[in-house]
Amino acid sequence: MKHVIVVGNGMVGYKFCEKLRAKADSTKVKVTVIGEEVLPAYDRVHLSEYFETGEKEQLLMAPRDWYAENDIELITGTLVNHINREEKAVSTYDGKHFHYDMLVLATGSSAFVPPIPGVEKQGVFVYRTLEDLDAIMAYGKDCQNATVIGGGLLGLEAAKAVKDMGLTAHVVEMAPRLMPRQLDDRGAKMLSNTLEKMGLQFHLSKRSESIVGADAVTGLAFQDGEILHTDMVIISAGIKPRDELARQCGLPVGERGGVVVDGELKTADPNIFAIGEVALFEGMIYGLVAPGYEMAEIVAAQIAEVDYTPFEGADMSTKLKLVGTEVGSFGDALMESREGTSIVMEDQFKGIYKRINLSADGKRLLGGVLVGDTSRYNILHQMVLNEMPLPPHPEDLIAEAREGAPVGNGVADLPDGAQVCSCENVTKGALCHTIEKEELLTLDAIKSCTKAGTGCGGCVPMVTDLMKELHKKMGKEVRNVICEHFAYSRQELFSLVKVKGIRTYRELLAAYGKGNGCEVCKPAVASILASCWNELVAKQSTIQDTNDRFLANIQKGGSYSVVPRIPGGEITPDKLIVLGQVAKKYDLYLKITGGQRIDMFGAHVGDLPDIWEELINAGFESGHAYGKSLRTVKSCVGSTWCRYGLHDSVSFAIEVENRYKGLRAPHKLKGGVSGCIRECAEARGKDFGIIATEKGWNLYVAGNGGSKPQHAQLLAADISSEDCIKYLDRFLMFYIKTAEPLNRTSTWISKLEGGLDYVKDVVVNDCLGIGEELEQEMQQLINVYSCEWKEVVNNPELRKRFRHFANSDEKDPTIKFEPMREQKKPVNW
Amino acid sequence: MIDTLYKTVMPDAVKKWELAGLVTDFPEDGGECFRFGELQIAVFNFTSRGEWYACQNVCPHKLQAALSRGMIGSAGEEPKVACPFHKKTFSLKTGQNLNGDEKPIAVYPVKVEEGKVYVGLPS
Repeated sequence: MKHVIVVGNGMVGYKFCEKLRAKADSTKVKVTVIGEEVLPAYDRVHLSEYFETGEKEQLLMAPRDWYAENDIELITGTLVNHINREEKAVSTYDGKHFHYDMLVLATGSSAFVPPIPGVEKQGVFVYRTLEDLDAIMAYGKDCQNATVIGGGLLGLEAAKAVKDMGLTAHVVEMAPRLMPRQLDDRGAKMLSNTLEKMGLQFHLSKRSESIVGADAVTGLAFQDGEILHTDMVIISAGIKPRDELARQCGLPVGERGGVVVDGELKTADPNIFAIGEVALFEGMIYGLVAPGYEMAEIVAAQIAEVDYTPFEGADMSTKLKLVGTEVGSFGDALMESREGTSIVMEDQFKGIYKRINLSADGKRLLGGVLVGDTSRYNILHQMVLNEMPLPPHPEDLIAEAREGAPVGNGVADLPDGAQVCSCENVTKGALCHTIEKEELLTLDAIKSCTKAGTGCGGCVPMVTDLMKELHKKMGKEVRNVICEHFAYSRQELFSLVKVKGIRTYRELLAAYGKGNGCEVCKPAVASILASCWNELVAKQSTIQDTNDRFLANIQKGGSYSVVPRIPGGEITPDKLIVLGQVAKKYDLYLKITGGQRIDMFGAHVGDLPDIWEELINAGFESGHAYGKSLRTVKSCVGSTWCRYGLHDSVSFAIEVENRYKGLRAPHKLKGGVSGCIRECAEARGKDFGIIATEKGWNLYVAGNGGSKPQHAQLLAADISSEDCIKYLDRFLMFYIKTAEPLNRTSTWISKLEGGLDYVKDVVVNDCLGIGEELEQEMQQLINVYSCEWKEVVNNPELRKRFRHFANSDEKDPTIKFEPMREQKKPVNW
Repeated sequence: MIDTLYKTVMPDAVKKWELAGLVTDFPEDGGECFRFGELQIAVFNFTSRGEWYACQNVCPHKLQAALSRGMIGSAGEEPKVACPFHKKTFSLKTGQNLNGDEKPIAVYPVKVEEGKVYVGLPS
């Protein structure tokens, strides 16, 4: 049996173990790993996350148990300091000796520290290991600011970490621009502009001459005589291969470091391999993780005696998430040594810069730079790697996607050889083959079976797209079932409820489900029942989300907030006074909402019915702020007061809000009405937006704010108020009947085959012939509307449920508030 | 503090059966919160399984006292409750967090006699 010793337990060393064990078990190959750091291998790529989470365990490539489970002897905290090539043995600093048949050097690199006088002073650090980070954090506690030397990939990571620590971050770079190897001048300028807005400060074209200070750092002196005062210096000026062992045993190393290897990753000694950042291949050190993993694969295959393709160099493309922006650089990004032409797109307003380089004959993509928007990085990178033909208008590759325009060159166009996951070297062909053969139906299954997407995660969107494509092709349309209790989609359940006249969750579960339900299907079915019959939700209170169960919004600390309806945002002085009085009486915090209403926070659950009784007596109704239902229809002041207004937007907003109040939907619904194109009601940021025109109204649909803001798109132009209501009835009802749970209108439309054009066809052209039916269904819901708070307030049985303790009238003693700006707020959790 | 206040009680370790209320006080397939001295305990009437469960009312995630207002259901065979704040789910049998790494919650035995619901406490 062969004995393999791996020196170094970093990311590449670990990956080598994983790959070797996948090919050869412990009966064939014995593996011993000797690492210098105390912890087993951890993810250095995501080192800066340690500043956010403070948890080392989360960064581990695999827990210590993994090595034992795979029959790998792991020795950490131990430095190997001698190789005896004749005897094929290594020894450690504490005098242990190990014999090997094959030796793998995966010692990686250390931070390169330039010879600046003063680097030995207190407060000078490098940014490389978890121990470095611990030291930086400890020292940083007493600092106001820190200066990072080096404006490359790693330097910017370090600057982000400094910023996360709450310090002012300075970055010093010798070159006249940031990330000089990856970005061109304009791209780098865009990046530094964006980062400066985030509070980072840059000092470009600056050579550091010395680090000043008595014992500890107080500043950094530049060659031009300027001095930057700083409490701390972090050096991130490049890497230096850890080739000491190779030098000691006489293996050839490069002029600037690195163990010389051939395409099989063999050093001059056929029994010794080198992989990762210590390996020098054709004069090049590959300081990225993906090429290191590829090297690990090649060596593992040789030791396990299976087929492999020799290393031929790797692509240095990279994508990086920074503070508030992102950067990508792929293929021949700078095109310094090649003839060709570039297409550049620059949007200084959004902080986006994109450049693609085309071959001189204009037929191939050579590489490019992306700053601010890297959403197309994967596909562009693949086009370079696979020498795919360019589309007829290559500028489309970096153009902003126009509304509704199909984006060409998707994953479907990739050749089978395209490497989808570069960390794990999974090609499109292999991925598709496995998905089909193993019938993998979920992303998780694909990840665990193929390993694609388990490294940096950058390819997950592409893997997901591929999965969907394939599922379609396999005719295995993955059924979008609600959860384990119902093998139906929401749309199917909706039809069942409607057709079979089902009125309760229990009936539906008994007839079409299994098990006892859960927090996913219960509120989804509750929403369907409400959308079909509009009966009082309080009748089936235990299938409602807590907000719907208590008809109020639960807030931090466990108190609730109350939002009465104020249609169109119009309110009389008398009603406004009542809100103030109620808030005072029940000690509520008041805030105007984004939807032109007044939110009253900090109510105890037991006070809710009393609060509502007073509000209802003053003429208020439920605002349904707690429900997946119509919230507000925001309006501008309109033609009654505004000198620009074309129509009376307030009256129309009130009419629309009152029409759809209480309407329950797959997700919340918001609307807006603007009296002219100036759009003060921000109607195009809503699920439906109505904007006055000279001839009538324009109706827009499917906009939203939220995490992925969307502008609403035009459904019908210059229509009358009656037609507007008619189309709205149809649009909303069609959405309610066909959307998946918790999909807002824009998500729903983006998933519909045919998208907005199809919705237009259904709603405006009535291509399915269901227009009238939709209108009638909506009218039925409107007819049976009643204010649910009014029903609760007048029903002693229902009122009784609003209490914290079933056996005591006391309020929850754990709810605590503290004063803030003359009002109150819950204490922090 | 939560850790010392709430500890799972096995059926054979019950020292005292505290009366929570009448069966009719409980919503079907839902819970209510009870106060026993310092303790807040959520008691669930799991009608569709014909079972009763009790657990601490405080969710270990953000220490909010609201588990009794959570939806109950099943994951496979396991009865569970979902915290209304962030939908962390816990087994009502073992108290284990089923969809994350939160600490387990304490669970308590429940018995129903002559229409009355009792929770088993250690003292």
